[in-house]
Amino acid sequence: MQPLLNSLPETVFTTKIDELLNWGRASSQWYMLFGLACCAIELMQTGGPRADLDRFGCVPRATPRQSDLMIVAGTLTYKMAKRTKLLYDQMPDPKYVISMGSCSNCGGLFQIAYSVCKGVDKIIPVDVYVPGCPPRPEALTEGLLRIQDKMMRERWLVKDPAAREERAGT
Amino acid sequence: MGEAVYPESEVFHTEDMTISVGPQHPSTHGVLRFVVRTDGEVIGEAIPDVGYLHRSIEKIGEKCTYHGYVPYTDRADYLAAMFANQGFCMAAEKLGATEVTRRGEFCRVIACELNRIASHLISVGTFGQDIGAITPFLHALRERETINDLMEEICGARLTYNYIRIGGVGYDITQETCDKILVFLDHFDPIVDEYNRLLSYNKIYIERLANVAAITKEEAFQYNLVGPNLRASGVKWDIRRDIPYSVYPELEFEVPVGHGEKGTIGDCYDRYWVRMQELQESSKIVRQCLKMMPKGPAISKVPRKFKPPAGEVYVRVEAPRGDMGYYVVSDGTEYPYRVRIRTGSFTAMAIIDKLSRGIMVADLIALIASLDVDAPEIDR
Amino acid sequence: MQAQEIYNKLEKQFPGKVGLFRGDFFDPCLNVDAGAIVDVCRYLRDDPETAFEVLSDLTAIDWTKKDDEKIQVVYHLFSYTKRHQIVLKADLPREAPRIATVEGVWKAANWFEREVFDLFGVDFIGHSDLRRIMLPEDWIGHPLRKDYVEQEEYDGISTQRAPLVDKLLR
Repeated sequence: MQPLLNSLPETVFTTKIDELLNWGRASSQWYMLFGLACCAIELMQTGGPRADLDRFGCVPRATPRQSDLMIVAGTLTYKMAKRTKLLYDQMPDPKYVISMGSCSNCGGLFQIAYSVCKGVDKIIPVDVYVPGCPPRPEALTEGLLRIQDKMMRERWLVKDPAAREERAGT
Repeated sequence: MGEAVYPESEVFHTEDMTISVGPQHPSTHGVLRFVVRTDGEVIGEAIPDVGYLHRSIEKIGEKCTYHGYVPYTDRADYLAAMFANQGFCMAAEKLGATEVTRRGEFCRVIACELNRIASHLISVGTFGQDIGAITPFLHALRERETINDLMEEICGARLTYNYIRIGGVGYDITQETCDKILVFLDHFDPIVDEYNRLLSYNKIYIERLANVAAITKEEAFQYNLVGPNLRASGVKWDIRRDIPYSVYPELEFEVPVGHGEKGTIGDCYDRYWVRMQELQESSKIVRQCLKMMPKGPAISKVPRKFKPPAGEVYVRVEAPRGDMGYYVVSDGTEYPYRVRIRTGSFTAMAIIDKLSRGIMVADLIALIASLDVDAPEIDR
Repeated sequence: MQAQEIYNKLEKQFPGKVGLFRGDFFDPCLNVDAGAIVDVCRYLRDDPETAFEVLSDLTAIDWTKKDDEKIQVVYHLFSYTKRHQIVLKADLPREAPRIATVEGVWKAANWFEREVFDLFGVDFIGHSDLRRIMLPEDWIGHPLRKDYVEQEEYDGISTQRAPLVDKLLR
């Protein structure tokens, strides 16, 4: 991933506008502290000294209004589901969701429980699923890098090339 | 910050407002919610609202076999997973009259006391973070990473271990792991000094915590507080000493009790101080176990279809958050009839409503952090 | 004090209200009449010889054996000063289980009884605040009963999730 190219001898970089914008967004994903259960402890350890999330530019925020990434770490119960949707709606666009751990992927080992929602994707759309119970800090970091790749592939100046050609043709 | 109750002020003309603290809040120790009625500074009442992490672990006990239920007990308190495992295994062993090997008992104690150190590190770290001291939390996480590595060597998992099984432990502790544990303990003992210098003798920390929300001995009995919360109120009670189990009668350790270090007996600072002392006691226990560990098998032969005779048993384990009681009822089949887990944090939540009248909003956060409540223990 | 002596004391104080002493259990237990439970508990707490100052646990078991169907409320009492414990049991009918609250004797009973009400449906007469504690307020049914049937959906979220293996094999 080399968005900036030093193509002229002095300090002038050439790039595409899309890649510059995406590079800025991908290198500073601020995640909302949404730790529900055991995976929250591994989330804290990932933000801790060894597998540092701060080196990717990720800073934990307490409020959804200032974050653009929501890491759902832990089991989602029906009582918590309504509040999760409320928090997701408050996040400003463009927003991404990582589902961390088996419990938020599909209910995990609590699938036989009566009060557990079988997967957070029944309520909010998920971008990356990180398996594990709980996933290691390295696994969560890999999930973050996948979100970075997803961000880098988005287009802002020309939203949809096929639609533009269609409009030009008619 | 001498008095705990502040009189109403007619000068400011404020109205009461009802605020909801949580369930998503950086300092509620998991998903807990408090409905707080306050005039802006002084709290009128704070009603806890729990159940956001109710994963029906007790009902699942009726659907799984005895061996298959042990991973679920891990999640009943994920910060002290070894103790939860041990409680259930002790109950099943008592019902089925199974012996535990001697080496298995020592492995259990080593794993449990290392887990107690890890749990108290989180408790002390988040306590500092809630008060506003962000740095000691990162220091605690650094030590905890080493403990996680040791646990990974012992049983393969970092957080939810499933290590203590019926009849002993899952894997044996090798000699090189024992050497690594000794190296960690030699590194850890002087580090406690570092936390003391950062937090315990810090003037701001003492002023925030001394004389805040003191709990008397009678209140602690009425509300059934257990563990370090009870010991901070002056009651010298520890399951490892008073209803001993496993190999604790052969080990020497002190039971720290709160005696009004910097304020009244049973205030927030005492509850913090008791936990710091327990860190050092756990380290002593692990050293003794490493010296005394005999050779032999780590687990005794237990049938695959474990079918204890019909009966019921109540077993107590001294977990970091208090005494965890397991009430297991068996009806002779290989599935338990009823599993009941009684945890220390459940009753500690009930006392918050009574203690929070008349204190400031910031003191409420200090109170919740000092009781070391934990969402999975409350909701199970 | 031994459990047998405690039982003899109780039999003398409350003739006809206590019975079925099982000293051979791991934790000796005795049955108490549902109507007399508050007096028995208060006596056990205040008497200087028994001195049960702590209610360790209050829970319930749903027995569905033929000809012996009942909901049994179990009280575990403990004494720190005397270091002994006793287990009290009260049998209630499964259709409309009602029993007086022991909140006046030990304040810890408040939350324990709310949990038993939530999960078993036992009505505690005289409780100051009997409402659901673990499950959402509008939940239907009492889950820890043996005849509980999980509902199809809650709040618009379906409670079932198709196993992934079927999706992959299709």
